[in-house]
Amino acid sequence: MPAAARGGPGRETGAARRPSGAGAWFLVALGAGLTLLLVAMPLVLIFAQALRRGWGAYLTAVAEPDTLSAIGLTVLVVLVTVPLNMLFGLAAAWALAKFRFRGKRLLTTLIELPFSVSPIVAGVIYVLLYGAQGYLGPWLAEWDIRIIFSIPGIILVTMFVTSPLVVREILPLMQAQGTDEEESAHILGASAWQMFRRVTLPNIKWALLYGTILCTARAVGEFGSVSVVSGNVRGETNTLPLQIELLYNDYNAVGAFAAATILAMLSLVTLVVKAIVERRAAAAR
Amino acid sequence: MRRSPHVLPGFALAMGCTLFYLSLIVLLPLGALVAKATATGWTEFVAIVTGPRAVSSYRVTVTAALAATAFNAGFGLLMAWILVRYRFPGRRILDAMMDLPFALPTAVAGIALTTLFARNGWLGQFLEPAGIKVAYAWPGIAVAMAFTSVPFVVRTVQPVLEDLDAEVEEAATVLGATAFQRFHRVILPAILPALVAGCALAFARSLGEFGAVIFIAGNMPNVTEITALLVFIRLEEFDYPAAASIASVVLLASFAILLATNMLQAWQGRHAGRG
Repeated sequence: MPAAARGGPGRETGAARRPSGAGAWFLVALGAGLTLLLVAMPLVLIFAQALRRGWGAYLTAVAEPDTLSAIGLTVLVVLVTVPLNMLFGLAAAWALAKFRFRGKRLLTTLIELPFSVSPIVAGVIYVLLYGAQGYLGPWLAEWDIRIIFSIPGIILVTMFVTSPLVVREILPLMQAQGTDEEESAHILGASAWQMFRRVTLPNIKWALLYGTILCTARAVGEFGSVSVVSGNVRGETNTLPLQIELLYNDYNAVGAFAAATILAMLSLVTLVVKAIVERRAAAAR
Repeated sequence: MRRSPHVLPGFALAMGCTLFYLSLIVLLPLGALVAKATATGWTEFVAIVTGPRAVSSYRVTVTAALAATAFNAGFGLLMAWILVRYRFPGRRILDAMMDLPFALPTAVAGIALTTLFARNGWLGQFLEPAGIKVAYAWPGIAVAMAFTSVPFVVRTVQPVLEDLDAEVEEAATVLGATAFQRFHRVILPAILPALVAGCALAFARSLGEFGAVIFIAGNMPNVTEITALLVFIRLEEFDYPAAASIASVVLLASFAILLATNMLQAWQGRHAGRG
């Protein structure tokens, strides 16, 4: 989620009050009505469509072999992508927050670059690099390494798309906390690892958790870029979102929406964790 | 470099990891796009990116993104306003709902919106007899873009509205300003930079949106085909120069908007600092 998107509930302002007067109630009703219609209704519809033919059909659809293998591939993508992005996020935030050096702004811009790249473009650049006609294609073919239309390609584009998410959550916090605590630990003789584990990590654990969950949710749900590099081989290179597309295009609405409920529930979990993290951050203030 | 002037350890390791990962995952592939688009040659590049099908796709994408952004400017401002200013039952849930479009995978949003607005869908069954065709038509593209980009406006305006000094408004009220005058003369000028920045982010996101749009768009070449889909099709045809050229147009457009937004936010920062 972009830095601009950290409003967050719970902050009280002097001007906040119960709506008074017809105008205020009208605004609240209009906002709530539009949200129900445009945001809540699509969510409800996912579950309604998935359960249209009852629980039996729903469970059969979820347990369908191709869907299960799509879930398996998606889990594999997450298991590779998320830890690497966590390490990258921690390293980048450590360098950016705790040290002064030239080119800091440029580095920050480069780290955030993937946010402004369309998913399709993200897929295209990987095909241009690793595809059969791409720059490294002939060399990879010589070594019999397949990246595009295969699992490594899916993992790489997912890493590209999700790479700024962890940094973005922990960097502002680490910058705000400064270097005093770490410097004290260092001077008192703590090793680098002890300092990180005992001082830095406890300070950022909630932001790190939230960043990791955002990264996981995005890695699970990424569609556009993965769709470019996957080649859509049933039961082999289909992640869960691609499997949903495939089922939907096969007019298998129950199957598509049943698979979609898994992703929808994951996004609801993300929202709940966000609320908890924000409440803790507000309590810490 | 001379001996590190830093007190804390780990700079070289952290910086090394960061640069290595960034180069491998982000810079190298982006370089491939630049190289491919450059290698295409200027005349061919221009011929590709100004071809009739490409130009139609820009028109469809930009007009739908503009419509979605215009809607979100109003809807997003309304939501930010009621969430910050009023305390009412269900406010927390409404606030959390504003993040759903970010959290929900785009393909899931795409099939849900399409089913919602299809002829026999929950909303489509009322709209189509009234002559409003949303799914498999241009309005559907705008609806999908509006859905996926509304949090940008809400979450950009919300903090600024929270920080707004209530006293200025009270002063305006005491001096006899009507509700409309208070909004128009006091509140709007203060939140305008944030609103514009939020809209720019929403617009940029809409331009690049793929997953939510392709299900609902109908995808008729020259009519309801967005630029991102045209790139995808060119790639599937193994027409790499065309895919790279059009993709670089998409990339340049989003960079231009990003740059403009950053400049605007820097200006907003100075503006706020002065006040």
